[in-house]
Amino acid sequence: MNKVCQSVADAVSDIQDGNTLIVGGFGLCGIPEKSIEALQERGVNDLTVVSNNCGIDDFGLGLLLANKQIKKMVASYVGENKIFEQQFLSGELDVELTPQGTLAERIRAGGAGIPGFYTATGVGTPIADGKETKEFNGKTYLLEEGIVGDFALVKAWKADTLGNLTYRKTARNFNPLVAMAGKITIAEVEEIVEAGELNPEDIHTPGIYVQRVVKGMDYEKRIERLTVTNA
Amino acid sequence: MKDARITIVKRAVQEIKDGMNVNLGIGMPTLVANEIPTDFNVLLQSENGLLGIGPYPIAGQEDADLINAGKETITTVPGSSFFDSAESFAMIRGGHIDLAILGGMEVAENGDLANWMIPGKVVKGMGGAMDLVAGAKRVVVIMDHVNKHGISKVKKMCTLPLTGKAVVHRLITDMAVFDFTDQGMVLVETASGVTVDEVKEKTEATFTVAKGL
Repeated sequence: MNKVCQSVADAVSDIQDGNTLIVGGFGLCGIPEKSIEALQERGVNDLTVVSNNCGIDDFGLGLLLANKQIKKMVASYVGENKIFEQQFLSGELDVELTPQGTLAERIRAGGAGIPGFYTATGVGTPIADGKETKEFNGKTYLLEEGIVGDFALVKAWKADTLGNLTYRKTARNFNPLVAMAGKITIAEVEEIVEAGELNPEDIHTPGIYVQRVVKGMDYEKRIERLTVTNA
Repeated sequence: MKDARITIVKRAVQEIKDGMNVNLGIGMPTLVANEIPTDFNVLLQSENGLLGIGPYPIAGQEDADLINAGKETITTVPGSSFFDSAESFAMIRGGHIDLAILGGMEVAENGDLANWMIPGKVVKGMGGAMDLVAGAKRVVVIMDHVNKHGISKVKKMCTLPLTGKAVVHRLITDMAVFDFTDQGMVLVETASGVTVDEVKEKTEATFTVAKGL
């Protein structure tokens, strides 16, 4: 089975209107920037997107927002995006805010075949509204549900031809969880090597989760907040 | 930095003990990192998947793949580790983080915290704050004692939507330090030059005063 796609456009060619996409990344770090650009070019609409953030106005998932391709966003923090604000206030965009750890675990659980789990996060807050609670050892917990997507879009550093993935530094973030939670998982990477060239000890995402691998060209890897010290 | 901020940050750093694993929230809490004694072995956690945050990089050596939860470019310290977001919150939710220092909009006398949304204003999201207050072993909130209109942010009950219910262990403001105990809220310190009466005057919440103050 050959998982390697010839172009990013090929890799995302069967994503349909109305699909649920789970997308890796934190801020602009470790986002599948090439797959997002390809979806912007294809113009699929009414997407439900599950991702920690929603990019910025002119990069990352913000591109799909600007194009009005997203119907619903599930995220933990969306504060960096003016277009998001406008579409949310006008009612064009449906938003489900989920605490970051709960979001990560919902995606992990979805990929691991766990339909729900209990967490203390959010008890007594607005996000508990309408959710079942249960006491364990005298403490109250909320029931949260796992998430599965029609497609998962991840960005890794390197892949081999079997879809084994390794990530670099904090660009790992949500990506390994997202990779588990797609019915079809598409990994865009900076380099594809032959099976056997990655040390099995260093593989973060086993290829069993990954259906397609594609090499992205000319990564921009935009920095959201450049902070430096002077030598 | 404003004087009030310096007072708060200098006091907040005293919460950090040698050997701790600590999560510092975005904004004023991030400034606490610069004040940690250099001979302490403290690992700072970043929710996006790093234990062992280092200083900002030297100009030109920044790496787009290495950021903190505030999306700033950073470095790592010796002994640091990278992991995914589920593992990061397993650390937080599982009680492995010794201390979280977070900013606040309102704190109530029962230890409720509100710091993520203002009704009528655009909702940006809670990020990892709800997980941190529910999971960290100890939660310290740092904030100005009063808002820009001079109104107490230390409330009988929070008026804003909660981030967590009865989750705050200690509150540090520019005027005072309070602990939240089974016996209620206790004033344990006043800032230099501030009297107990002044704290009472500027505080909506009901509290007792620790012995010896």
